[in-house]
Amino acid sequence: MSDYILEMRNITKTFPGVKALDDVNLKVEKGEIHALVGENGAGKSTLMKVLSGVYPSGSYDGEIYFDQKECHFKDIKQSENVGIVIIHQELALSPFLSIAENIYLGNERQSKSIMKWQETFAESKKLLERVGLKDSPETAVMNIGVGKQQLVEIAKALSKNVKLLILDEPTAALNETDSANLLKLLNELKKQGITSILISHKLNEVSSISDSITILRDGQTIETIDTKEEKASEDRIIKGMVGRELTSRFPDRTAVIGETIFEVKDWNVHHPGQRDRKVIDNVNIHIRRGEIVGLAGLMGAGRTELAMSIFGKVYGKKITGSLHKNGEEIQANTVSEAIKHGLAYVSEDRKTYGLNLIDDIKRNITLSNLKRISSNSIIDENKEITEAQLLREKLNIKTPTLEQLAGNLSGGNQQKIVLSKWIFTEPDILILDEPTRGIDVGAKFEIYSQINELAAEGLGVLVISSELPEVLGLSDRIYVMNDGRITGELERGEADQESVMRYMTGSGGANNAGLN
Amino acid sequence: MQDLINLFRNNIRQYGMIIALVLITALFWVLTEGIIFKPLNITNLILQNGFILVLAVGMVLVIITGNIDLSVGSVVAFVGAIAGVLMINNNVPVLLAIVLSILVGALIGVWQGFWIAYIGIPSFIVTLAGMLIFRGLTLYLLDGQSLAPFPDSFGVLSGGFLPDISSSGELHILTIILSGILSLVLVYMEFKNRKTQLQYNFEVVPMWITITKLALLVIVINWFAYQLALNKGIPMVLIIVFVLIVIYTFVMNNTVMGRHIYATGGNKKAADLSGIKTKRVVFWVFVNNGVIAALAGLMFASRLDSATPAAGNMLELDAIAAVFIGGASMAGGVGTVIGAIVGGLVMGVMNNGMSLIGIGIDWQQAIKGMVLLIAVGFDVYNKNKAGN
Repeated sequence: MSDYILEMRNITKTFPGVKALDDVNLKVEKGEIHALVGENGAGKSTLMKVLSGVYPSGSYDGEIYFDQKECHFKDIKQSENVGIVIIHQELALSPFLSIAENIYLGNERQSKSIMKWQETFAESKKLLERVGLKDSPETAVMNIGVGKQQLVEIAKALSKNVKLLILDEPTAALNETDSANLLKLLNELKKQGITSILISHKLNEVSSISDSITILRDGQTIETIDTKEEKASEDRIIKGMVGRELTSRFPDRTAVIGETIFEVKDWNVHHPGQRDRKVIDNVNIHIRRGEIVGLAGLMGAGRTELAMSIFGKVYGKKITGSLHKNGEEIQANTVSEAIKHGLAYVSEDRKTYGLNLIDDIKRNITLSNLKRISSNSIIDENKEITEAQLLREKLNIKTPTLEQLAGNLSGGNQQKIVLSKWIFTEPDILILDEPTRGIDVGAKFEIYSQINELAAEGLGVLVISSELPEVLGLSDRIYVMNDGRITGELERGEADQESVMRYMTGSGGANNAGLN
Repeated sequence: MQDLINLFRNNIRQYGMIIALVLITALFWVLTEGIIFKPLNITNLILQNGFILVLAVGMVLVIITGNIDLSVGSVVAFVGAIAGVLMINNNVPVLLAIVLSILVGALIGVWQGFWIAYIGIPSFIVTLAGMLIFRGLTLYLLDGQSLAPFPDSFGVLSGGFLPDISSSGELHILTIILSGILSLVLVYMEFKNRKTQLQYNFEVVPMWITITKLALLVIVINWFAYQLALNKGIPMVLIIVFVLIVIYTFVMNNTVMGRHIYATGGNKKAADLSGIKTKRVVFWVFVNNGVIAALAGLMFASRLDSATPAAGNMLELDAIAAVFIGGASMAGGVGTVIGAIVGGLVMGVMNNGMSLIGIGIDWQQAIKGMVLLIAVGFDVYNKNKAGN
């Protein structure tokens, strides 16, 4: 068969210490809708970055053929020139400019550097008709909704004579109607001969619209399902996505679980920007003393939003519901109140939310609880060193001195600093958001041991993770979230990768009745 | 020797600054044929630049939080005008007038801090507005004219000297004694520090480097004090600056507030999530800077012995330049009080030296601009190199 528009052969891409793509093959036929699915971190985005030239030719191994010609893209511009356009999950539109200006941004209708406005607007109008958007091309992008902005992005792609359109999670931020419209549009474009690659976590969409589905797992191609030959049900896709072995080992532990220490009741949170959008929808969870509770869900399910809204209402607007500790209702409207009530939150993004990278290790560790090392507001530096030294040894932070800047350490050691920082606040409830993201296997094991130890000391621990083996390996009990709701609660014994994934993708079972 | 090279390489920022100061001073020593080191000139250098150093101490805190304050020059003029109106027009006692003026500075800080921290207007805008507002109010208060003279006792703030214990002889004895005490305190603290570091198994520099460093420091301090003693002794201005350095270095290094200031500038989001009330931190840093600017305003008025509408013009830029030459970062989180002082001295030595060799105000400005650009450019270059 020679009607492949795109062939990626034996693509291998390594980052320091991690093999993100391992011998990946992807073949896309001309004029089809090809879905790319896999867990978070399976390598979907990396593969698309290789294709579009974000990672320039030479920084990876393997070959790319587009329209039967071998390609060596050095940057995005070159891949766009041959007709490959990628639309990212975070839209790249300039909010204050009009729709027409955005469509031709970087590709202006001009004559000798003078803008040709008539042509810009007239051509935009035609493109908007093709994507079914009725707004005037002079409308500022900030005044239209996310769904329409997505259509503007597609119009922009069309203006570049796109042959292969790549959409990364296009429906993640859209409501049902907008999503349905977008999928309809993709079918329209298909009839006009435009090939699409669709990256999506929403398996019902994938199975209804795509002609073939490629499944990635841990940076490897698992299989490609041709839906013309084989009906790809959601279960069928899930089986391909999760067949992962439990490679990273988990330390042994016998849980001693006590009474309920922390409870979240009827928790509702709205999006800070779009106030009518509910991000967390009537969530009820509880954690018991000595218990490790897992919180699973795909990207955009609302796990981080849930954690950050609980932790001093850092995220979200119009928050309703109540928090209870040891049976009594508590108020935690600011971070310092939350800390006072014994809450601790280790963020998923340690560089943005966890550490001051230009300050040293000991100061990072003590920052959240300077009271413990000071009297009358004056810091006892010797005590600081002693305390930091204890935590450094306990967590095995590998560093020549405690005065090393946090920014100079590896991801695993940085994560240990953030963990130390929160252990230093002597919490009762510890929320860990993706505690092992981007760190090596050895450090992972050490962090797992630490989590177990903390639970054994009587803390209630909530672990948010996208990695199913991690959730399954660590937790005594698992909550699963999808689209802002708790869709499932599973005991350690009854949870396996497939059952959890089913709840994660919203194609849940019957036994979630009574949870919502 | 390898130790010395490593030490230098790891601390290129701090040492680079000091070396720049030494080089610039040496340059002017040659160009002025030694006049710059005459006892009288050293005293003058301090008197002329004292308020830049004072402003730099307040400004470095603002810049560490990732903000900027463009209004201090106007605040200097405004507070001078307030002091003038109080003391000259209304015969308010000097001490009370000083307290009231400082209070006005604090209120200005409250005003600006409120808009910046709690309303969220960028500090550049708020203090640019403040620059215009307080210059305008100064003109209104003074009706466009200068007010003079101040009561004699107010002159002590800028022109006073520490009295001597005995009035005999050419040499100012107390100055020599104080510099001796300071030397001993420095030596004691350095060794105490070293002992603690060894106790906690920290890497310490070899003994000979410590001793050489201390020896150099002690020589410089005592030579400097000796020159002052040959003239009229220690000026009040130097005492004020010294006290501010000690207090603010301690606050920044050893108190919870200092930690919160660095953390806010270093990574505001992480600081917020660590339970630090970053808005409150920024607010108080601006209140503090209002107080410091008021102090500088009083020193300025006292030195001119008049309150003038043009007082402190462009002074904010000298203070900001001093802080950046002293190694602070525009992005916040980095900077030290000592660095800002060294940066202020670089500016001061250049002001003084260029005046001595008769360079006009036109070229003085241009050359100072170039020095700022080169100093910060060197810093950025080093950082990029380290990043690769």
